[in-house]
Amino acid sequence: MTTTTPAAPPTTRPARTPLREGPGDRLFTWAVTGAGISVLALIVAISVFLLSQAWPALAQAGAGFITEQEWFPDAQPPRFGIAALVVGTLISSAVALLLAVPVGVAASLCVVELLPRRLGRAIGQMVDLLASVPSVVYGLWGFSVLVPALVPLQRWLDAAVGSFVPLLHSPSGIYGRSLLAAGVVLAIMVLPTIAALCRESFLQVPRAHREAALALGATRWEMIRTAVLPSTRPGVIAASMLGLGRALGETIAVAMVLSASFDLTWHWVEPGGVTIAANIAAKFGEAGMLGRHALVASGLVLFTLTLAVNAVARLVVRRSVVAGR
Amino acid sequence: MPARRRTRDLLARASLLAALILALVPLVAVLAYVLRRGLPGLSPDFLTHSMKGVGALDTNGGAYHAILGTLEQVGIAMVLAVPLGLAVAIYLTEIGPTSPAHRRLAAWIRFFVDVMTGLPSIVAGLFIFAFWVLALHQGFSGLAAGLALAVLMLPVVVRTCEEMLVLVPRDLREAAWATGAPRWRTVIWVVLPAAGSGITTGLMLAVARVAGETAPLLLTAFGYDAIRTSPVAGPQAGLPMFVYDQSGSAFAPAIERAWAGALTLIGLVVGLTVLARLLARRFRPLGD
Repeated sequence: MTTTTPAAPPTTRPARTPLREGPGDRLFTWAVTGAGISVLALIVAISVFLLSQAWPALAQAGAGFITEQEWFPDAQPPRFGIAALVVGTLISSAVALLLAVPVGVAASLCVVELLPRRLGRAIGQMVDLLASVPSVVYGLWGFSVLVPALVPLQRWLDAAVGSFVPLLHSPSGIYGRSLLAAGVVLAIMVLPTIAALCRESFLQVPRAHREAALALGATRWEMIRTAVLPSTRPGVIAASMLGLGRALGETIAVAMVLSASFDLTWHWVEPGGVTIAANIAAKFGEAGMLGRHALVASGLVLFTLTLAVNAVARLVVRRSVVAGR
Repeated sequence: MPARRRTRDLLARASLLAALILALVPLVAVLAYVLRRGLPGLSPDFLTHSMKGVGALDTNGGAYHAILGTLEQVGIAMVLAVPLGLAVAIYLTEIGPTSPAHRRLAAWIRFFVDVMTGLPSIVAGLFIFAFWVLALHQGFSGLAAGLALAVLMLPVVVRTCEEMLVLVPRDLREAAWATGAPRWRTVIWVVLPAAGSGITTGLMLAVARVAGETAPLLLTAFGYDAIRTSPVAGPQAGLPMFVYDQSGSAFAPAIERAWAGALTLIGLVVGLTVLARLLARRFRPLGD
């Protein structure tokens, strides 16, 4: 119907359809359409079951679910809320993005614009390989190698700017399993996602744009700044948001890097802090009945948050792709 | 060219290169460190024994029960997610373009598949826990873990299969239709074989992606010390969960088991990924 080529003889049937459609085809169409609809049903099912199983906890906690800074759902009376979890999740993800976005963008620019094509592709695949390392391995490496290695850096940060930037100050003078450390591990984990999507976006810039910039006498860097970066901004934004989505929901690596405490902290370099996902992994085994419902309720918050971030990112990608073509 | 512009260009290039090197450091560091710490504990005994009756201070014990659990759970996820995902991909590429109504539905499905790719693995675990354990009163089991992994795998399967099916030239389909073949025969006997090798690669990447997931297992398989071959008989172990459990101990033998388990897991997952990429290079789809 839309793709009839001028050369084709006029037919009464649309070109997208075979000449003969039998009962087998109707069955086939029904079957795969059903499969497609099941994806939508799955999203609905996830929302419905999370909400219904979160309900006992939400009803119990009321408005305290937002404001309460402790997590004792199985105590008498139960006291639990997501304030500390949300703060910890946002801080660690912010640290991750602050580190991973500049490095990811620059690394993929290097792969696309500076290196020879074959070498660039090989190195790009190596970065992709980072994504396939399981998160439990990052967690293990993170708490046994990275956390000790980051202690001097955190002490130095505190000494240098801690006196006037409270975020980078540790009142206890202890450093180590902090939200900053968790953020660094998250940065390493979301870097491949960001780099891969940025690379795709940079590769879409037409060769002619680059050549035009170079022909006008631009240096490589000026060419990147004037011809590549402006037109790929939506792609970079979307890549960062998808990275954010991964960082918000990452569980095991964060649970292993952070200490097992539950507290609301604004100090990035002091041990403490907890994220929604890490709290679910840490508390699930010992949770009682209301405790489990409470964890499902916190998971519902995480689901809503990541769904929103991912949906916006996809809309940005789609718009940029449409605009680019 | 003024020296200032040239210096700026050189500086910019140097920092881009520095960023790339910085991005590769963790990859090399993690792989090298896991190899160094994991190799000593990776003995035949480790691969053939379970943790039944083994304490944190004992030096024996292994991951056999966990490897078995992971293979079963991933197998269940594949059996569920691959046919369904392939069918969704076929809908998107073969039925989607045939009418405006289908085109709209396909756009929605594609959007939500994309959104689901970003579903945190712990949420998939929580969903199956809420649905399977809390609502349906089924217990923790390998089957529940397989369900959670299938939820995570489905969007990856759909995306990779769709990308491969789109690459199959239209001429091939039209040639089949011209011989009088109905659509379903065309898809099964012409389109799928043409995209077969690419789809295989995509499926291996999807399997590699979910095989390393820990978080959903905690909420669905729950973990078990001994060998449990049946995925429906109750809590079961999984390799990523084994690493997590052992690493939580303060004692050296348990930590050594954690590293050996991590190395086994990386071998499984990265090996599968590299193999998939090599296959992809070997069998490029038509027209690439």
